[in-house]
Parts: sequence; C-alpha cells; structure tokens
Amino acid sequence: MGTYFFKRILYVIPITLAVSFFCFMLVHLSPGDPMDAVVSADAPREVVAMVQAAYGFDRPLPEQYGRWVVRAVQGDLGLSTANGRAVTTEVFGALVNTLRLALVASLIGFTLGCLFGTLAGYWQGSLLDRFVTGIAVGGVSIPHYWLGMMLVIVFSVELSWLPSSGAGPGSSSDWVWEWRYIRHLILPAITLSVIPMGVVTRTVRAMVAEILNHDFVEALRAKGLAEVRVFLHVVKNVAPTALAVMGLQLGYLLGGSILVETVFSWPGTGLLLNNAIFQRDLPILQGTILVLAIFFVLLNLMVDLAQARLDPRIQRN
Amino acid sequence: MNQTAEIVAPQQDQPLVQVSGLEVRFKSPDRTVHAVNGVDLTLKRGEILTILGESGSGKSVTLRTLMRLLPERRTQLKGQVSVDGRDVLAMPQRELRRFRGRTAAMIFQEPMLAFDPVFTIGQQIAETVCRHEGVSHKEGLARALELFELVRIPSARRRLANYPHELSGGMSQRAMIALALSCRPRLLLADEPTTALDATVQIQILLLLRELQRELDMSVIFVTHDMGVANEISDRIAVMYGGRIVETGKVGEIIAQPRHPYTLGLMNSRASGELKGQRLEAIPGSPPDLATLPSGCAFAPRCPYAIDTCHDSVPIAHTIEGQHWAACHRLEQTQP
Repeated sequence: MGTYFFKRILYVIPITLAVSFFCFMLVHLSPGDPMDAVVSADAPREVVAMVQAAYGFDRPLPEQYGRWVVRAVQGDLGLSTANGRAVTTEVFGALVNTLRLALVASLIGFTLGCLFGTLAGYWQGSLLDRFVTGIAVGGVSIPHYWLGMMLVIVFSVELSWLPSSGAGPGSSSDWVWEWRYIRHLILPAITLSVIPMGVVTRTVRAMVAEILNHDFVEALRAKGLAEVRVFLHVVKNVAPTALAVMGLQLGYLLGGSILVETVFSWPGTGLLLNNAIFQRDLPILQGTILVLAIFFVLLNLMVDLAQARLDPRIQRN
Repeated sequence: MNQTAEIVAPQQDQPLVQVSGLEVRFKSPDRTVHAVNGVDLTLKRGEILTILGESGSGKSVTLRTLMRLLPERRTQLKGQVSVDGRDVLAMPQRELRRFRGRTAAMIFQEPMLAFDPVFTIGQQIAETVCRHEGVSHKEGLARALELFELVRIPSARRRLANYPHELSGGMSQRAMIALALSCRPRLLLADEPTTALDATVQIQILLLLRELQRELDMSVIFVTHDMGVANEISDRIAVMYGGRIVETGKVGEIIAQPRHPYTLGLMNSRASGELKGQRLEAIPGSPPDLATLPSGCAFAPRCPYAIDTCHDSVPIAHTIEGQHWAACHRLEQTQP
C-alpha cells in the first residue's frame, strides 16, 4: 500500500519536467515574433536588440528553457511582453476565477451525471433510460460556445434575467458569494457543465449496467441484503471509473474553457490564453499552460490515489 | 404473535422443500423461453438431492426459483414452491429478504466472481451476519473467523482481511461455503460449486460439503452436469432435460439401472479406464431450443427408441420401484 503511494507520488517529478519542456518548446514552434507586441515595427534595430536581450530572447533556446525552469521553481514565470506585469500574478489571478467557474460547473455536471447515469443504468432499456441517454448525447454533441450564445440570447437579451458577461460588478478580485456576483456565474457555469454531465452520465450508466450483470450482485441478493445495501456495493464498484472520468473532465474544464470564457468575457485562464495568443505574449502563454498542466498532473495523481484506495486490485499492477 | 408462530411452525416430518407444477418462462419482446416446464420435487430434511442435466436443461433456473432470485420483471412463475413451510412465490419482499441467506443460502459456480471484488472476504461475511442477526460488525467478524475454521481455511485470521482476488479458486469456494453457512441455513443450494475448480480441489470441496451437511443437519440441493460428482455426494438424483425432470431415484438406482433413454445416454457417454482407445459414445443431436419446444417428449428427436406417440404427447411419470420413476413412453425398451 505505502510503496504504491510513494512511487505514484515520485512519478509526478519526471512528468512535470517533461510537461514543462513541451509547453516551452511548443510555444516557440508557433509562428509570430514575440517582439512584435513589445516594439513597433519601425523601431531601430538596436532598440529591438536591447529589448530582446532584456527579455532573454537573444539566447539559445536550451539556455532560455533552463533559465525559465530554474526561475519557475522559485515562483517567477517572467514578465508579460504585452503589459510588463508579472506572469505569476496574472496567471494566479485568472486561475482563481477559472477554478471558481470550473468547480461550480463540475459540481452541477457531476451531480446530474451521477444521478442520471445511475437511474439509466438501473433501469436499462426503459423509457427513462432512453430519455436520459438522449440528454447525455445532446450534452456531449452540442458545441458549448453555441449553447452559451443561445443562453445569452434567451436569458440576457430576451428575458434580461441574468448578465451576459463579466465576473461581477467590480473587479474580479473582490469576488464574494453574493447574488450580485453569483448571477454572473450562472450562465457560464451551466454552459460548461453540459459536457461533463453528458460524459459522466454515459460512463456511470455503462458501469452501473455492467456491474449489475456481475455474478456477485446475485450473490449479494442471495445473502438477503436489502436493495439499498446492494446499491452501496454497486456504487463502490463504479466509483473508481467514475472518479477517473470526473478527474479528467475537471482537468478539461480548467484548461479547456477558452471558448466559453471568451463568449462570456469571464476573466479566467481561458480568456487570458486567448488574449495572449493574439498578442503573441509568450511568457503569459508558457506560464499559463505550465500552471494548468501541473494542475492536470496533480489532479491525475489525486484520482489515482483515490482509485487505489477504493479498488484494492489496482495496487497490484 | 403466538398464533402465527403456531401456524408457520414447520412439522419435522414434513419435507423441507416441496415444489409442484413449477413453470418458469423468460419473456422478452421477441421470444419466450420455456426454461422450466412442470417440475415436481420434494426434499426431505437432511437429504442431499442432485439435479443432473446439461446446460439449458433448467436445473439452475429451478434452483434459483427456490430463492426467487430470477429477475422479476422478465420472469413468469407458475406452480407451488414451499420451503420450510413457507410459500416462496407469495412472500412479500421484506420476508423474502429475511428468508434469503437465513433459511436458504446459495453457493455459486464461480466463487471468484461471486464475491464483491472491492470488499474484503471478512467484511462480506460479517455483513450477512449483521443483516440477519442484528449483531455488531465486530461480532460478525468473530463469527466469520469461526466459520473459516469450520471450513478449514489455513491462517484464517489473515485470510479474512484478504480481498477476493487474493485467494485461490479452492480457497474462495471454501470462503463462499463459509458465507453461505454464516446464518446456519436449513437449506443449502449449490449451483455447480465444483465445476470451476481443479479435479483435486473438487473432491476436497465435495467431502467438505458432505461432512458439513451431516454436522449441521442441512438439506442440500446440488446442481451439476457431472455424473461423478452426483454419484459422490448425493442421496438422490433427479435428471433434468428440456425443463422437466425425466427420471429420479436413489443414487444407486440411477447409476446402476438408469431407465430413461436420456439417462442411459448420459451413462454410456462417461469416460472410464476400460474404454481406453475406443470412441466415447455420444448422444446424437443437440439439446432442444427452449423457445420452440417440441409438443411431445423433449428428448424424442434424439431418442433411439422414439415412436410417433413420443412426438405427440408428453410422457407422464411411471413408477419403477419405490421412489424411482421415469417419464417415458418406451420404458419397456430399457428394461435391464
């Protein structure tokens, strides 16, 4: 037990290093010169060279990567080329907003997904099952930015019930859990929850239906257990797979909400990345991707550890 | 309270299990499977009965009906099933759950698959004890330990903390037996409990079951397709084919003087040492499709003695001697 956990935690180090290497290099592969954003096109060559040297863009790539990693470990991700602010401050400010949105969206998505999936799995083939499966397929198939725009048209434009953009009346760093802020969260959270809801529904439905067909369920009934108790056994068997899927989905929500955050102008990492791409702001891009990737790695670590606690067979492999 | 106790109190000389006219159909939108077609069965207290038959003969379905384990939505049950004086088919859910595991318990063909993989064996036995006797989990575990010693599992305490995948096949079948015996059932139902095991382990499990049955004075219904196993363990054998019992009698009678052509076929297709080098005799044809059963005797299409009557009408049981009877139109052909 202990060694599995220890080993699994140690794996995080090489994975993170590899991830950091790819975020750094991929950004450099993309077309466009980061200098375009800093100096005007007609600036004299000496000025360009000076600015290049100040940001360290004149050094060979391996050296740039080395310096970046060493500073990143110390919590410094460099300065934005677009506005000169510290990347760390920008990224973490945006990350808090994204986390808030992602957590609320996944709470909605996972709750509905588990509920629908369990119901459909238990009553496989029934009308309820077909209805739920329909919702799940819809959830996975509808493009979420389109759904976001539709929600804005209905609830903001036509009905004027909820705001269409932003994260609150003041600056996003003043967030409090009050209605005047929460109302800004509702539409983007619903939009984002639809995909994880669909994916979790389908996974849980398939798992519940499969587990119910196992011999041991009949054996549990033959012991005289009440149906509630049998259900608990089913849940514990479904949980490892469901958790893995939910962990992945939460990871996607953290990094993959670029379109939705842009539709709703939600000041999170998605919007930050979107702006950084258009401004060729390499330090922001690299920093944001790195932080999100590390989040993803840690999330997977937590899922793996939780899975191993729930299913004793996992530690054997 | 007292009155009800008197009414349900079973008499000792009354048989423990009485099944009459049992019919089981599985309904699905496109077809109906006639799995059991009129089974009559009695089991005395302390008796071991083996239901012998090939796959699809309805033996496992009959066994499951005794605990009403078949999926209720798709199953149609007809007939009478009484166990320990109680009408199983009419029991309300609550009573049924008290009955399962306590009055009747079951052991399964694949012991490795019959345990929930994410709980320890000990937890799963204790769970049953807690459920039926209202004791604490700790007391349940203590009972599990006693049971493990009863079924002779070495280093019992350590094994209780094991997960199902950590036990061997023979070991998990012993654990399954311990689980089934945890609330001292009167009736033990065994669904091919040795089929998935190695031959050497098989005989150990059979001997253990036989011994425990005597020690705890249980009645056992044992389902198998293995003639050798049936011979080893039972007092009485019932041979099933096409959802009906075609012949039944004491072990000696069935083994020494089989009268139904199907039982004869089974006996002739056994392998033994003297037959080395010869081809095994097989029953020609294949078992009937239970969705479209023939109107007469289900075995007629494969039977060497079949005449027109066999294809037209279902034979009734003819007593041969004492409790030995067979359902066949052509018994005179199989006289020894």
